[in-house]
Amino acid sequence: MRKLLKHRILWPIGALLALVLLNAVSRPSFLSITVRDGELYGSLIDILRNSAPLMLVALGMTLVIATRGIDLSVGAQMAISGAVALTIISDSKTPGSLGTVAVAILAGVAITFIFGLWNGFLVSVVGIQPIIATLVLMLAGRGIALLITGGFITTITSAPYAQMSQGYLIGFPFAFFVSLGAILVISLVVRRTALGVLTESVGINPEASRLAGVRSRGIVWSVYGVSGLLAGVAGILYSSNIMAADANNAGINIELDAILAVVLGGTSLAGGKFTLAGTVVGVFIIQTLTSTITFLGVPPAVTPVFKALVVIVVCLAQSRRVREWLSRIRPTRTPTTTTTTPVVERIPA
Amino acid sequence: MSVVMRGISVEFPGVKALDGVDFALRSGEIHSLLGENGAGKSTLIKALTGVYPIDSGRIEVAGRERTFTGTADAQSAGIATVYQEVNLCANLSVGENVMLGNEVSGRFGIDWRATYARARTFLSQLGLDIDPRSPLSSHSLAIQQLIAISRAVVVDCRVLVLDEPTSSLDRSEVDRLFAVMRRLRDQNVAILFVSHFLDQIYEISDRMTILRNGRLEGEYLVGELERPQLIAKMLGRELVELDSIGRSSERVIERTGDPVLRVLALGKRGSIEPMDLDVYPGEVVGLAGLLGSGRTELARLIYGADRADHGTVQVHGSTTRLSTPRHSVEHRIAFSSEDRRAEGIIGDLTVAENMVLGVQAKRGWFRRVPRARRDQIVDQYMDSLQIRPRNPQALIRNLSGGNQQKVLLARWLATDPVLLILDEPTRGIDVGAKAEIQRLVSELAERGLGVIFISSELDEVVRLSQRIAVLRDRHKVADLDNRQNVDVDDIVALIAKEGAA
Repeated sequence: MRKLLKHRILWPIGALLALVLLNAVSRPSFLSITVRDGELYGSLIDILRNSAPLMLVALGMTLVIATRGIDLSVGAQMAISGAVALTIISDSKTPGSLGTVAVAILAGVAITFIFGLWNGFLVSVVGIQPIIATLVLMLAGRGIALLITGGFITTITSAPYAQMSQGYLIGFPFAFFVSLGAILVISLVVRRTALGVLTESVGINPEASRLAGVRSRGIVWSVYGVSGLLAGVAGILYSSNIMAADANNAGINIELDAILAVVLGGTSLAGGKFTLAGTVVGVFIIQTLTSTITFLGVPPAVTPVFKALVVIVVCLAQSRRVREWLSRIRPTRTPTTTTTTPVVERIPA
Repeated sequence: MSVVMRGISVEFPGVKALDGVDFALRSGEIHSLLGENGAGKSTLIKALTGVYPIDSGRIEVAGRERTFTGTADAQSAGIATVYQEVNLCANLSVGENVMLGNEVSGRFGIDWRATYARARTFLSQLGLDIDPRSPLSSHSLAIQQLIAISRAVVVDCRVLVLDEPTSSLDRSEVDRLFAVMRRLRDQNVAILFVSHFLDQIYEISDRMTILRNGRLEGEYLVGELERPQLIAKMLGRELVELDSIGRSSERVIERTGDPVLRVLALGKRGSIEPMDLDVYPGEVVGLAGLLGSGRTELARLIYGADRADHGTVQVHGSTTRLSTPRHSVEHRIAFSSEDRRAEGIIGDLTVAENMVLGVQAKRGWFRRVPRARRDQIVDQYMDSLQIRPRNPQALIRNLSGGNQQKVLLARWLATDPVLLILDEPTRGIDVGAKAEIQRLVSELAERGLGVIFISSELDEVVRLSQRIAVLRDRHKVADLDNRQNVDVDDIVALIAKEGAA
């Protein structure tokens, strides 16, 4: 089992290392980390910080995809949670107090959690296809966010709120701890309880799982809730970074990056088996890539082309067929070692 | 000679699936391939149809040596295959499925009218009077199987491989299929037939080849070999003792007190008419009837897989709502579906994970089954049910049908049920495993478990059950007490009777 996991995650890690290496060679400053007032600075630290919103969203997306679903509304949900939190803070008489900020954050996240549950309801109870069910909120979400802010881009000044994405804790960016916390909590919940295996079971064969007594509906329902909740936290981080609730740009296209990260990590869009570790690596690949492209002076509008290239390379590398083909043109390797998976399938009835 | 295979060997890591097997298929004959699960039947078929490359040996088709590197090669050599599991596209129409890749082209691309007309001709050759424009998914599994066969006829094959085509067909459909097979044989097509039903093999085939443990046991004309000898050759030992099971039907059941399950007027419109059923502790109640007679539907209603719109269910004397599988699991009722692949196994999970799934589902997601308990369950059932290979970490989809069935049984037994509903637990598995499953059911009942046993093989139902409910056309037509030695023929007569229904 552990071997298999290693095997699956090998390629994404290879791609990440290759990217880091490319950067390190082309600009030696990439790897350097400086300490200022006990706080760490450098490109790598930036990647840790800036990847936090995508990390949260992609973790939720992994669970949703494992159940054969997809959540397109995460970007819109980010806009909503930011709008809610900032409206509360800006309406408050004490925008700088810790209490106000806590209430604002909780309210923002709670609302997206509820929206997530709404998605889950449409998918698991009403039986709408996930892509359509979440498309509704993807389209409506930014409008809802604009309604909340009254059509303006709400801006605030609040030191505790700024801390969320700009602050530091024991030398590292605070946002990094938020994503680290999410990774740890979700991994523990998924692997220490039976949630992981039941989610996989539902994703692999929903009907067989239902007949085995698994509460498939509850599981599908709740993964959308979790996805909404994480998107809400991501929205808080985003709005804290710019200290504004920008309904039109918060988390724009992040759903696509998140799906990309999940796939790069090795989780199949067909559902079933998933790997959180793979998703984490996938997020870092995307973030490093963005940083690389910015450094190379490529206009941001061209970024998608590079992302597409990486996706193609990693997906090809993960393809069983390509690997078989590669092993055939390398005669030194015996084919049995490189084609383990298909061979297992061939054991006769 | 249509096909000659010589010295075929196929190896998988650690397993020699085929070891120097010779096989010859002549034009204009129906040739059955026999052997237990794991004997190498599927592997030989897959070598012939280009699914697996062969490690040694040679394949000649119509006198020419061939090397198949894929199924397309085999098809272009005139070999068509119909597999046990229907390989069609459920979301396309019947006609599109039949003519897929052979559509009639007109001046502007595909001429659908002509394509459908041709599809209709091919279908009617098999005696199928169905609208080619209807969606495939609107037809029963049995009809889909026949559609798959008509697809093979379309490509004008010289060699037709039928891998368990009859496992989901009822008698009249089998007759229809056999008629088509005979017609094709008369047109000099070579037919390779695989089935677990020995009756059918004796009925339809001219010749038999028997495999055992990946080796050739021998080739015989059907007239040469009596059934007991055939089974002995397949198993490599004398016929499995079914005598101990034989006594099961005569066991006296204490029918006092509350039954484990009492079903009163349970029904669902368009599915089954309201009917009653009791199951007492330690009793095996058999459901007999043709495919579509309502036996599966009844089982699914009792379990809550489908929702009944009529009637009540009592468990241990108290009325309960079993409207979802979840409720039934809580009342310690277990149900094993007839469709092992779609409704039983979780293919990409391991044997151990599949086995523990029932217990885990019952505990809920929060309380994971502790490792020690899990290991104990796995060890216990791997041994007591003799699951092969004895590797809990193998993916369940790589196991043979019989072993998958045993894992599913283990999944339910681990939840400590009071009532076990088994729908076709012996379908598509080999003779040895069939006997094992039957013995297991009999032993479980002896220990006080209530069992509802459904099987198309009536001798199994008669052997195991103390009581038999006979269904026909969605009605229960009889309740038989098996202590009075019910005969298979009696049941057949009841099923076949043209009634008021």
